[in-house]
Order: sequence, then structure tokens, then C-alpha cells
Amino acid sequence: MPDPASTSQVAGHRRWVRICHWLAAAGFLTLALSGFFILLVHPRLYLGHAGNDLTPALLTLPIGNDLRPDKMQSPVVFTELPGAPVTAERNFPIFNQNGWARSLHFLAAWILVCAGAVYVAFGVVSGHIKRDLLPRGRELAPRALLQDLKSHLRPAVGSVGTGPPYGLLQKLTYASVMLVVLPLMVATGLTMSPAVAAAYPFLLDLFGGYQTARTIHFFGFAALVLFLLVHIAMVIATGFGRQLRAMTWGNPR
Amino acid sequence: MKQQRRIFLKGLASSAGVLLAGCSQTEPPTYGNVLRMGDLLTYKAHRLLLPAHSLAREYDYSDISSVPAIGTTNPADPDKCPSFDAENGSAYERLLANRFADWRLVVEGSVTAPRGFSLDELKRMPSRTQITRHTCEEGWSAIAQWTGVPLRSVLEAAGIRSTARYVQYYSYDDWADGIDMMDALHPQTILAYGMNGRELPISHGAPIRLRVEKQLGYKSMKFLRRIVVTDHFDDNGAKGNIQNGWSWYAGI
Repeated sequence: MPDPASTSQVAGHRRWVRICHWLAAAGFLTLALSGFFILLVHPRLYLGHAGNDLTPALLTLPIGNDLRPDKMQSPVVFTELPGAPVTAERNFPIFNQNGWARSLHFLAAWILVCAGAVYVAFGVVSGHIKRDLLPRGRELAPRALLQDLKSHLRPAVGSVGTGPPYGLLQKLTYASVMLVVLPLMVATGLTMSPAVAAAYPFLLDLFGGYQTARTIHFFGFAALVLFLLVHIAMVIATGFGRQLRAMTWGNPR
Repeated sequence: MKQQRRIFLKGLASSAGVLLAGCSQTEPPTYGNVLRMGDLLTYKAHRLLLPAHSLAREYDYSDISSVPAIGTTNPADPDKCPSFDAENGSAYERLLANRFADWRLVVEGSVTAPRGFSLDELKRMPSRTQITRHTCEEGWSAIAQWTGVPLRSVLEAAGIRSTARYVQYYSYDDWADGIDMMDALHPQTILAYGMNGRELPISHGAPIRLRVEKQLGYKSMKFLRRIVVTDHFDDNGAKGNIQNGWSWYAGI
């Protein structure tokens, strides 16, 4: 009876891992691109429930339409509230590609969520998540962490496998992308839906408002793009063709 | 090559058939477009999985924020109305001149007693005031207080037929849109004539705008002119969302 860990090493990535990986990759790339287009129309981020061109932004990204209040026409005070909320007209067209971009975003989200659900279900049942992704307690010792960090600085082609077992940082990265960041993206995305937020108002409280959820969604996107760049760099560093074949066709037996 | 072209033309002809068949659709058609299929999947999933009677979050008076007015900010002014239409524009100008005394909201279609409602008549009906978040598809949001008459009361006053499935609405800036009966009968779906305790400003859709709180802002049409109850889905042609590349369902 072979030890399960050594079996998985010989077999490389299992078929369901490979299928989920490429579905999720296609979904993520589509989400990132369409999300970027959605962001272009209003690249200002806020905290709380309300945020628009007439309120201060937490952060204004140097892309797309930056509509400062002075570009809007004649603000009119229309409440007796302290701080006097105003309204102002915007009488010029802006660059807006959200029609196709949002529909594409949700289509890709369905693909990513379905692939993610299959992955987590198979991952739990087969023990893949527990065995290959979650670091064991003793692995998290500072010395082990430092050693793994150092090993990343040496050229690695040939010395690294094309599947589990994974290194410590690799485990931590995969586990946090798949079990923390992606679920957070789905949850903050759903919070931005008026229908879902009406059905489950705790989402608005959990994230501190519609705009905070949107801001978290943006930083999650930034983290995932950073992950993608490092991931591709690591794949190249450990043999691009070899790794690509292993994730697509599995390991030759 | 010719073979391919023939297949393409055949496909085009059959999608035209689907387009024409759209007139008798009972649900949003996809026109064979993969994006519309995704929209339909999301709409169906929301209707299947989300509780039907949940209310959108209502905020406190102190949460009221500044609100930009975008799109059409005056249907009578070509500079403030990207979809300006001379006939509708001059009609709106005349209504504005006597402060909407001659304005009528026509309610017709699949109702037993089609009729027009004057602004005073709507204001005399039991009202609802709600402080809600306007969520624009662009990504910004604003909180305002809206006062109006529930769309449900108006539809019931005209007598909804049991076959009715959708509610279409038309505006003075020449747009058309629609929602299903579930959103139309929702208690927070109101015909708003008041904003932040004052009359609805022209830039926000005077005399009456729709509020559909469980969908994105573009479904909350300003400058309402006419409401038509229908038994079948209507994509509103070139003036509707779908043919302009936007999802019909924006509960998102």
C-alpha cells in the first residue's frame, strides 16, 4: 500500500485539479479584464455606504474618468442636514463600457464559482486540501519559513516537482488565494448586488457598507493580479513547458 | 468558404427568427448571445434562490448624502438630454410651464381599467417614504430620501389582469424599460414625487421617477410618461436596455 503523499507526487496534478485550474484561470482572466473596464468608468474608491463624485474619495486611481466635483454643474444644496448634502448635474458623456463588461464579468463569475465549488468539494473529500495545501503546525516555525524563503532564491529547474507536495510558501499562497481571497471576492461582489444585499443585509454590515465592499473587491483584485504574476514567474523559473504540460495533460507515467 | 458563409447566414436568419419570436416571449430572450445567456442565468438564479419579500436596506436621515444627477437632467433641453426627442422635449417643456398640472401618468395594457393619473391624484394616494441607497452601475452610490406612491397601488387602481407578467415604462427623455411583476409589486418600488423632503428636482426626474430599490440605478427611470402592463416580455427595441448592450435584469 503506497503512502498517499508519494502517490500524489508520482501522479502530479489529478485530473479534476487540472480541469478546475484551467476553468478558474479562464474565469479569473475574464473577470480581471472586465473588472478593469468596469472600474474605468468610476476609478474612485470609498469607505461606507455612499460615495460619488460629490463626496471625498479614499483613493482615486489614475485611470479612466476622474470627475472632480468642479467639473459638475452648479451644486445645489437640497437638505437642511449639517454638512449640507448637495446635488449637481453631469451634462457630458463619459467613457462607459459597463454594458458588455458587467455581463461578461458575471458570466465569468459563474464559471469561476462553479469551478471553485467543484474544487473545494473534491479537495475536501479527497483530502487534497488538508494534505497538500494546509501547512502542518511544525512547518510554520520561523526557521522553516526562513529556509523556504532562502530556497526560493536559488535556481530551481529540475529540483522541483510538478505537483504536490508543495513547499511551505507555496502552500500558504495557494491556500490563501483559494480559501481566503477568492471567497472574499465572491462575498464582496455579492454585497455590491442590490438584490443580494436586500436578501442578506448582514453582508453590508460585515463589510461596512456597499462602498467598503467595492474597495475590498478592488484590493482583492490587485492581490490576485500580483499572485498571477508571481505564479507565472515561478512556473517559468521551474520549467515553463514542463509545468504547463503537467497542469494540462498530467504527468507521463 | 462559401459553405461557411451559408452556415453563417443561416445562423443569422435563425437568430432573426428568435428576435421576431421575442414578441411572444414569456421570459427575457437571449438572442443566442452568450452575454444575454449569462444575464438570464443570473436573473433565474436570483428568482429561484433569493427570498422574494426581502426589503432593501433603509438608512437614517443623517445618512443622506450628496447625489449627482447624470444622464438626462432636463428632457426639454437638448444640451441636458443625450436622447433628446423634439416631440417629447416640447411636450415636457409645456408640462413644466404650468408645473405639471396637465401631466398624466397613463397606465394601460393588461389592466381592466386603463386610465391616466394626475400628479395631485397620485399625491392623494397613501404614500411611502424611504431612505435608500441609489446604486449606479458606474460604481458610485448615494443615499437619499424618496417619497411616493407604491407602484403596486397604482397598478391595482387600474386593475391588474391575472395574465400580467411584466411592467413596461416610458419616459419624456425617450427611453423605455421594464421590470417583472415581482419587482413591480415590491413594497419599496414607488413612483417618487418627493426627494429629501422636497419636490423631486427636474434633474432627478420631475414630476415622477420610479424607484426600483433591488436593482441598479438605471432601472429607476426618471421623467415617467407612461406605464404599460404586459403579459409577455418586451425588450423595448432600440430604446430598451438589451439592444443598447445592457442587461435587462440589473439586480446583479
